Amino acid sequence: MSVLRTVDLCKSFFSLTVTKSVNLEVAAGERHVIIGPNGAGKTSLINQIGGQLRPSSGRIFVGEHDITGLAPDQICRLGVSRTFQRNNLFSNLSAVENVRLAVQALRGHSLNGFMPAARYTDDWAFALEKLRQVGLEARAEDVVRSLSYGEQRQLEIAVALASNPVLVLLDEPTSGMSPGETERMTSMIAALPRSITVVMIEHDMKVVFSLADRITVLYYGEVLASGLPAEISDNAAVREVYLGRSAH
Amino acid sequence: MVIGSAEAKPTAKSPRTKSSKIDWLIGVGVLAILAIAPLFFGSFLQGMITEVLIFGIFAMSLDLLIGYTGLASFGHALFFGLGAYAVVVLGVHFGFPPFLGILAGIALSVVVAVVVGYFCIKVTGIAFLMLTMAFSQLFFSIALKWRSVTGGSDGIGGLDRPAMFGLSLDDPMTIYYFVLIVFLIAYWAMRRLIESPLGHAFVGIRENDMRMRSIGFPTARYKLIAFVIAGGFGGLAGGLYGIYTGFVSSDLLYWTRSGDVLIMTLLGGVGTLVGPVIGAAVFLLAKSYISSYTDHWILVIGVIFVFCVLFFKQGIYGKLLAAWREKMG
Repeated sequence: MSVLRTVDLCKSFFSLTVTKSVNLEVAAGERHVIIGPNGAGKTSLINQIGGQLRPSSGRIFVGEHDITGLAPDQICRLGVSRTFQRNNLFSNLSAVENVRLAVQALRGHSLNGFMPAARYTDDWAFALEKLRQVGLEARAEDVVRSLSYGEQRQLEIAVALASNPVLVLLDEPTSGMSPGETERMTSMIAALPRSITVVMIEHDMKVVFSLADRITVLYYGEVLASGLPAEISDNAAVREVYLGRSAH
Repeated sequence: MVIGSAEAKPTAKSPRTKSSKIDWLIGVGVLAILAIAPLFFGSFLQGMITEVLIFGIFAMSLDLLIGYTGLASFGHALFFGLGAYAVVVLGVHFGFPPFLGILAGIALSVVVAVVVGYFCIKVTGIAFLMLTMAFSQLFFSIALKWRSVTGGSDGIGGLDRPAMFGLSLDDPMTIYYFVLIVFLIAYWAMRRLIESPLGHAFVGIRENDMRMRSIGFPTARYKLIAFVIAGGFGGLAGGLYGIYTGFVSSDLLYWTRSGDVLIMTLLGGVGTLVGPVIGAAVFLLAKSYISSYTDHWILVIGVIFVFCVLFFKQGIYGKLLAAWREKMG
């Protein structure tokens, strides 16, 4: 049973086509990595799955739900959460509050305007647990602005995990990170339970091949190739347009 | 990214700190002064404080929108006007007791806020500002033209204020204590609100609307809720004003009134709840004192306002708070 399936997904901005008949199928528990040169339409694809961008045509299914055209908050409540390529956090709030807000949305008492939020101790405990999972528990009370760039990338993941997702979309989780930070981020993603399906965009080939169960290569909005890592690295067309160019 | 355990902070929610105890003491002190003020102050100051408390509720309600939800409304006078009209018009034409008039004013404000808010929250920033102003001007023209009910620009007065619980609302002292009690309840309710999950959601929207949607909040609905709550408290403030003056005219709905409350809120410090009350006090005192010397008092207010925007971006209370925190370390 696939967790994510796109059917003939297309998106164009006037004459510019960013997604061209993309048929993607991601099985439960899979780590599916999307690669492709800059401007290949990777983030646009993620944005359509997450609801930030409305597809021009085609359908997107999460499990049995047709999520095409749904709002981001509805898609999130169906179990799809995401991180952003550029840190997209609540910069003036504490790290734990960033995570706790996602927990609060999940638990459904956000319309309570009378009980102090501090009383919902389960929310705090759950948020702290997510911070621990990404190694940020010691920075829980610190305002996000004061966190390092790499820590903010980790926090992005914690916020995404706090929605109890079945599918997480990670948009270049290691972008801008030092080699050491990249390594830690990679092992953190590798340690995610298989109950969570992961679709991620990644540029670092070392990270791609250490995590991916399957790889999809996008090129000018189209799927150039999709398959097991070994198949992708042997694919002549892929080597031509992508790997060949960045391999040396 | 390596985290020094020596610097690790407590991960549970911080317990009540020393500075919040001091906040409590200051609060209790201010309350004590307000409680006994009428016994020492003359009728002028007593009236002044009554007005500050009324406009304080009004400015706090705007702070819920601007300071906590990040929605800068330039039409908040609409709700103040509706509240005041409800009390006076229902009282004069139908003999409604003022207390019921206030409830009717809140209900009317809430209903109007649902409709107006539905359209306004579809846009943000300057467009939101203009749209809220346009709606309040719409109601201003209704109040201006519908003379048989509203009295137009001449207004409508002569509100009969029957005794309530054996205390005459014609007595300024009774009104003072009535307003003070309502103010305290309103402040308490708004304080509860901003500490609640709903209040935290408002702050999340102010900080990053897009991320809030991605983590599962239908933010448009939450913005509408904030708009309606702010409208309800605005209506409450207007209702108190209707009782206090016993008179209402279309002037109350004019867009400059929305500007006044915006200045009070910004002057005092947005996102602090207490700040806007201080802003209301400074604004009304300045208006009262300066206007006894010159008709151009608004010019002086303008200069103070520009000065504050340039040098105290967090407002008077925000600046005080920052200085205090720095001193406390």
